[in-house]
Amino acid sequence: MNFGLTNDQKMLQSEVRKFAENELAPLAPEIDISGEFPKESIKKLAELGLLGIFVPEKYGGSEFDYVSLAIAVEEISRACASTGVIVAVNNSLCAYPIMQFGTEEQKQKYLPLICSGEKIGAIGITEPNAGSDVAAMETTAVMEGDHYILNGTKRFITNAGEAGIFVIFAYTNKELKHKGISAFIVERDTPGFSLGKHEDLMGIRATANCELIYEDCKIPKENLLGEEGQGFYICMNTLDVSRIDIGAQAVGISQAALDEAVKYSKERVAFGRPICKFEMIQNMLAEMATQIHAARMLVYYAAWCKDAGIKRFSKEAAMAKYYAANISVDVTRKAVQIFGGYGYSKDYTVERLYRDAKILELYEGTSEIQKVVIASELLK
Amino acid sequence: MDIIVCIKRVPQTAEAEVTIDSSGKDIEKDRLSFDINESDSYALEEAVILKEKFGGTITVISVGYQDTEDTLRIALAKGADNAIRVKAEDFEHIDGYKTSQILKSVIEKESYDLIFAGCIATDDAYSQVGVTLAELLNIPHASLVINIDTSENRADVNRELEEGLMGHLDISLPALFTIQTGINEPRYASLIAIRRAAKKEIKVIGQEEINKDNLLLNTEIEELFIPPKTKEVEILTGSPAESASKLAEIFKEKGLI
Repeated sequence: MNFGLTNDQKMLQSEVRKFAENELAPLAPEIDISGEFPKESIKKLAELGLLGIFVPEKYGGSEFDYVSLAIAVEEISRACASTGVIVAVNNSLCAYPIMQFGTEEQKQKYLPLICSGEKIGAIGITEPNAGSDVAAMETTAVMEGDHYILNGTKRFITNAGEAGIFVIFAYTNKELKHKGISAFIVERDTPGFSLGKHEDLMGIRATANCELIYEDCKIPKENLLGEEGQGFYICMNTLDVSRIDIGAQAVGISQAALDEAVKYSKERVAFGRPICKFEMIQNMLAEMATQIHAARMLVYYAAWCKDAGIKRFSKEAAMAKYYAANISVDVTRKAVQIFGGYGYSKDYTVERLYRDAKILELYEGTSEIQKVVIASELLK
Repeated sequence: MDIIVCIKRVPQTAEAEVTIDSSGKDIEKDRLSFDINESDSYALEEAVILKEKFGGTITVISVGYQDTEDTLRIALAKGADNAIRVKAEDFEHIDGYKTSQILKSVIEKESYDLIFAGCIATDDAYSQVGVTLAELLNIPHASLVINIDTSENRADVNRELEEGLMGHLDISLPALFTIQTGINEPRYASLIAIRRAAKKEIKVIGQEEINKDNLLLNTEIEELFIPPKTKEVEILTGSPAESASKLAEIFKEKGLI
């Protein structure tokens, strides 16, 4: 057993951490208030190769492994949760399914655009009436000659407002239930596509989260991703990878909260001594550190499973995402508690971290869905 | 243009609590993170900029322990072509003068047009390795360099002096410059460059190659200490408006406004 990082993983961690601390952290409070998508930061991240971390070099990627992806998302999220999920979605929810299920032509056409940041990637699964129940989606794609005609609305789509390439799920055959769902690569400038409402979110506010509206949108048939009816499988397979990322995002947000809490508890004086001298505070700090360490181990282990070529790691990915999201909400809550009234003020980072953490229990499968995945693997 | 850059791996103490170790002559380093010395990272970037302009090679050299290889690898990822680590573990009690002698014995075997070093190390703050090395190699030097304009055999450099003064020098090459922070904007290493650098070999040199009996120390640390508190510092907490209001109260109390 080896818990150490490789030379390239160590270097990646140190460079991404430095970049995130210097370039992303100073912007995080500002974009949280304005909700402005951090275009300049994303451009810089693209130059460093962070938008296609595991994509082969021949398609414009950096050809690192999935543990490296987790490390990078953790470090970016530690500085800015919005930027963390923008990067995670671009990598795992858009580049990954194209890399895994795309034809050679699709990979050559789309992956270099996504890795270079020329086109931001997004994915459309959730709909106004279909969240955890993916198969309840109403979007349809009907074949007409050389095209599919796409109709439907997708909701709560991260990156949507700025994205150029979308992986969209739609029914090609409703009668087959979830086996009738197909995946498509949809370009932004396709006639019939329009952007809907911009979501005014509680946290991760700079993620250009919008509605996608498709009205008789003509998708060339060569943009079908995988085979007809393979959409549900592609979706679940993709979510296994992206849950590693969201776990990593949770670890990053939690670590930021712990760092803030430790620092503040040494500075803040109450009853004549720094509050870190009180056992109640120490109790919270010790719990937070242990929770973060355990979550990080789960996340790295799930990523390692993917790197090791283990075919099914749905349970490990779900455990990592469920636990890391769960502790992130708790750790950021404890950080606010340690800050007392100041923690409730927008002048302090922990207020933002607490709001950013909540989404972790909701997106890319709620915590309840993660437990369904874990239990169903146990009961097989 | 072949450039040698001398770098040092130093503890990051800017935001850390510094404590003295049991010897009383060093700081506790176990809990600190380490990185390239700040002005050395500007020196490396300046070398990469010149290489991009004129071609040639960059060799980074550091006297340090095994973990220094992590810092050297990052330098390779940022544009250096070769890296040499001199094993600090072979040369106990190293001060600035001794480091200069060790570097001289390595560098005199290399070919170079320029040598860069950071102007000051953030750990011991001696500021002497670069200039002493130039003297030992018998080449001209300029310290605190903030701008370099170089041609084949000469360099026009500006030095940053106190009180906003600048000094302008015209120096023949080969020469050594100690580089001031702010001369450029150091880049981050891209992931592809990191992956390639991770596989590169780092040359390691020890006492077999450098005769340590000839190396001299000219300083010895008697004691490191944190000065006792002489005045109380009051940190004003709260929102900017609250802090400003408290500050105004204090100014009023002291009769300043």
